[in-house]
Order: sequence, then C-alpha cells, then structure tokens
Amino acid sequence: MNTLLNKRKEPIDKLAATAGGRSLAGEAIRRMARNPVAITGAVITTLFVLLAIFAQLLAPKDPFDRALQGEVELGRGIIPGSMPGYPLGVDDFGRDFLSRLIVGAQQTLLVGVCATLIGVTIGMVIGVLAGAFGGWVDTVLMRFVDVLLSVPSLLLAISVAALFAKPNQWTVIIAVSIVSVPIFARLLRGAMLSQRDADHVLAATSLGVKRHTVVFRHMLPNSLGPVIVQATLTLATSIIEAAALSFLGLGDPDPSRAEWGLMLGKAARQFLDIRPELAYYPAIAIIIVALGFTLLGESMREALDPKNRR
Amino acid sequence: MLRFIVRRLLQAIPTLLILSILVFAWLRSLPGGPAGALLGDKATPEKIANLNHILGLDQPIFVQYFKFLGRVLTGDFGNSLISTQPVIDEVLNFLPATIELSIAALIISVGLGIPLGYVAARFRGGILDNATIMATLVGVAVPVFFLGYLLQNSLAEPLGLPSAGRLSSGIDATTVTGFAVLDGILTQEWDVVWDALRHLVLPAITLATIPLAVITRITRASVLDVLNEDFIRTAESKGLRTQTIRRRHVLRNALLPVATTIGLQTGLLLGGAVLTERVFNIRGIGYLLAEGIERRDYPRLQALILLGALIYVLVNMLVDVSYGIIDPRVRVR
Repeated sequence: MNTLLNKRKEPIDKLAATAGGRSLAGEAIRRMARNPVAITGAVITTLFVLLAIFAQLLAPKDPFDRALQGEVELGRGIIPGSMPGYPLGVDDFGRDFLSRLIVGAQQTLLVGVCATLIGVTIGMVIGVLAGAFGGWVDTVLMRFVDVLLSVPSLLLAISVAALFAKPNQWTVIIAVSIVSVPIFARLLRGAMLSQRDADHVLAATSLGVKRHTVVFRHMLPNSLGPVIVQATLTLATSIIEAAALSFLGLGDPDPSRAEWGLMLGKAARQFLDIRPELAYYPAIAIIIVALGFTLLGESMREALDPKNRR
Repeated sequence: MLRFIVRRLLQAIPTLLILSILVFAWLRSLPGGPAGALLGDKATPEKIANLNHILGLDQPIFVQYFKFLGRVLTGDFGNSLISTQPVIDEVLNFLPATIELSIAALIISVGLGIPLGYVAARFRGGILDNATIMATLVGVAVPVFFLGYLLQNSLAEPLGLPSAGRLSSGIDATTVTGFAVLDGILTQEWDVVWDALRHLVLPAITLATIPLAVITRITRASVLDVLNEDFIRTAESKGLRTQTIRRRHVLRNALLPVATTIGLQTGLLLGGAVLTERVFNIRGIGYLLAEGIERRDYPRLQALILLGALIYVLVNMLVDVSYGIIDPRVRVR
C-alpha cells in the first residue's frame, strides 16, 4: 500500500519541482545560507566540532601531564601564568592549560550531545505516545510531564544529580538531560496532535495504512523540524547547566577530566583571586560555543517558520 | 470570575499530588535509603533500623506514602543534618532574602525588557533591533555564576558597591519581616534601606540577565505579531491617533504572552538565585541548597525541592488568574 502511495507521490513531487515549488527543508537551507546570523552560528559550531574531533592532534602538550606541578604553590597563591611553551600558563596541577582547553572541547561536546540525545529520545517516546494515542495515555503522560516542568530546571537537575552517591560525568549528563525531557515531550505531542486531523494523515489512514506506519512514516518526519531546532538550542543550555552543576559541587570530581564546565566551575570557586584567567578562558569558550548553537538554532527556527515563506 | 479562579486552584492539586509521589520516590531511591540519607554520617545499623521504625518504613508502601504526605502537609520535613534545626524553620528564615533578590531582579528584567522589546519591534531590522537581538542571545549564553563573579570583580570597587552579603556589618537593623528593605521602611531606618538596596544592585543585575533577555525577546515577537493583526489595520484606517493605537491596541494585546512568560521566569529566577546567592554570599534559599548539596543534607534538599516546585506552581497559577482578569477570552471555556 505504501509503495502505491509513494508511486502516486512521485509525479506530484516532479510536478512541484518543475513548477518551481521547493521543499520546506530545501528552502530553509537556502534561506539560512543568505542569513549572516545563521552562517556565524554554523561556522562557530563547525569549528567547535572540528576542534573536539581533532583535539588530541591539536593539543601542543599532554593535557594530563603534571609537568610543572613543582612550580604551583596553592598555599601561597601561586599558579604560574604564560611562559615559553605554555602560552596560557598551567592549572593548579601544573598541566598545560591551552592543551586542557583544547581537549576540553571534546568532553564538553560529549556532555552536550549525550545530554541532548538522552533528552530527545525520552522526550520523543513520551511525546509520540501521547500524541499518537491521545485519550488516557495522553492524560497520564502529560500530567507527568507537567510535574517535571513544575520543578525549576536547575532544581530538577540538582535533585537528580543528588540521587547518585558518587557524582561522575554520566550523573551530570543524566541530570542535565532530564531537564529537557518535558520540553521535547510537549513539542512532539503538539506536533503530532496538530497532524492527527491533517489531510495527509487522513488520506493515509483511509487508504488502510497501518497506524504505526502512519505515525512513523507520515507524522513523525513532519514533526522533526521543531525538534531539531530545540535540540540545537538544548545543546547550548546543556553545556551551561553542566557548568552550573560543577560550580555547585555536583560535577565530576575526577581531577584529570578536562571539561569546560568543570574547569570554569572549579576555577570560579577556587582561583578567581589567584589566576582569574583560569575561569575566563573556559567561560569565554562556553559562551562562544553556546552562542554558536543558539544562533544556529534560532536561525533554523526562523527559516523553518512557514510564516516567513515567500 | 470566581469560578475560573476556583477551577484553576483545583487544577493545581493533581500536579502537586504527583509531585509529592515523585519526591517520595526520590527520597526512597537516595543512596543508603531514606533513613541512611536522613542520618548521614551518623548512620549505624541500629540507628537506621530505629529511624526506619519511627518513619514507618517497615510498613506497607501506601501507609508510608500517606504518612509522608501527612508530615509534608504539616510542614514537618525533619531536622537539618548540618544545623540540627527543623528544616522548615531554616527555610522560613532564609526565604525572605531570596524573595527580595528575585523581586529586585524581576523589577529590572520587566522594567527594562518590555520597553526594549517594544522599541526593538517598532524599529524592526534597524541597528537597535539587531543589537537588542544580539544582546539577548549573548545574555542567555553567559553562565549566571560567571557573570556574577565578573560583576563582583570588575564593578564592585569602581562603583563603590558592596560585593557580598545583604547588609554592612556596622549597620544595626531591626528584623521585622526578614525582608531587609521592607524592614528598614517599616522601622524608618533609612540607612538600612539604603545599605540593603546597595547590596542588592550587583546580585539583582546578575540574576536579571537571563529573564531580561527572555522577556525582551518575547515582547518583541509579541509586538510584531500584534502589529500584523487585522484590528490594528482597522484602527489605523479608522483614523485613530498613532499614540492611541500603540497604547491601547498594540501594547495591551502584546503584553498578554509576556505575562505568561514572566510567570515562567520564576523557575529561572529560583535556579539562578541558587547560583547568584552562592557568588555574592547571600544567606538565602540558594545558600541553604548549595550547602545542603555539599554536605548531602537530604532532609533539607527534600524540603527545598518541594518548596521550589510549590512556589513555581503557585506563581504560575496566579499568572493564569491575572491573565483571566486581563483577557476575558481566557475565562470562557
């Protein structure tokens, strides 16, 4: 039945193409390519991802080597700054700070991506179930989501993080991801609901297409636009929230871990009088990357908005 | 109108009930179980067994839940592991500082955000508009606690502003309500009012940035939406004065979504207050929370989570009710 549908769709698509009609995604990309904000966001995020992927190659020194530990005297407030071979100086363990910043991009990307993926996945399952089934499933799930939404996000992350006796990287990721679950669930449910009575769904259903095929082939793909936008924005907030958790002492206590949020949280708490740069560099890195994802997400949202279609 | 308020009140009950179930489940899944978590370092097997009995943890789960609910409803959250004081007393003592800070931040973000958003929308596409959008995007990207430290280190000294605490040590303030500014006004100790306000400046700016950015953007978007409405065109073609249209038609309609957003900001404010209070060493709820996390004071955390959600739900309910007052369309249905 599906192939029949697809066969019927093909000539229509062709017709649309010859008539100069464009797909929403295609047009959105074209519109973004002309938007300086979108380009800025795309460039920042691409550079960040490249930096994260090739971090080990780019780092001038071993980020875990405590080569200059003897030079650091925390008790007397001495952490050496810039010197030959160590342009940004060293951290409290005598490790090259530049290399740690570069490798930190990798961990930061990991935290952001994992937290977002977990949030999207759980939120999507809840949202699709609620939106596709409606009725009591919808009521129960959405009540649950409302409650999650009713707890202020940082408080929610804190309470989840507190459940683990020993914090580590993954407890931070899980805590941060829980915050975005209700947002994605609501988003997906809304998108599914708005399509339940749409013509293309009605057509598929009346052709006898099975319900799960309708949901996954016809409804879900049409709901993905806003999800991708929200996921891009969530990447930014996840990185910031992870930093806040580290600052509150719920971060990964492993001192060898190089992650911007951890570095910022620790430096802001301990070394602001001694070497404020140790907080400034990771903070600037976080701000730039968060801004990059936000710019990209916002311009995507604008480009996908049918109201802006010409 | 009354029916609307009552209905809205009733709607909050299931949310709070489910929340209590979640917190109950949370308490039970804490490392070491609830008794171990409540006792902290002092836990011995006998003490745990004893507390399990006192808390009724040896009883069926439903009985346990209702007992927990009973304790929560009577405000009994147990004693803090750090101070050994009843948690509820601690919370009530520290709450005014947080509310004061949040209100100050809210005044800044609403007072600046609505005019900024409105002006940006009126001059859409202009330099001012683009600068505003950019500033709101940057504002959201800066970690709150880092901004706090930045302001503290760079602005406090040149501006001669205090960088920590709520009152200078030399000031003798009489405590009436716990709200430093309000107390000063009530007792007519004007030096206290001035001192407390000066202490509020930097933390309030810190806490206000994110809500300010959000409110500005929502106002801008909302004004743009309203400007495209048919009734604005009608008003224009009727020949109404531009001033009248802006004030009565554009602003009034545009502010409705903004009102909802302000309610939603309470969550952000509560979270941000935790970080801001930590930076500026203000003894409020955030201070209690941060200390509670560091020392794993679960009775305190439990109370704070419930309280945070309760405040959030109540504020949003109030916003909904006020929404119904502003816009009669909401009441119908």
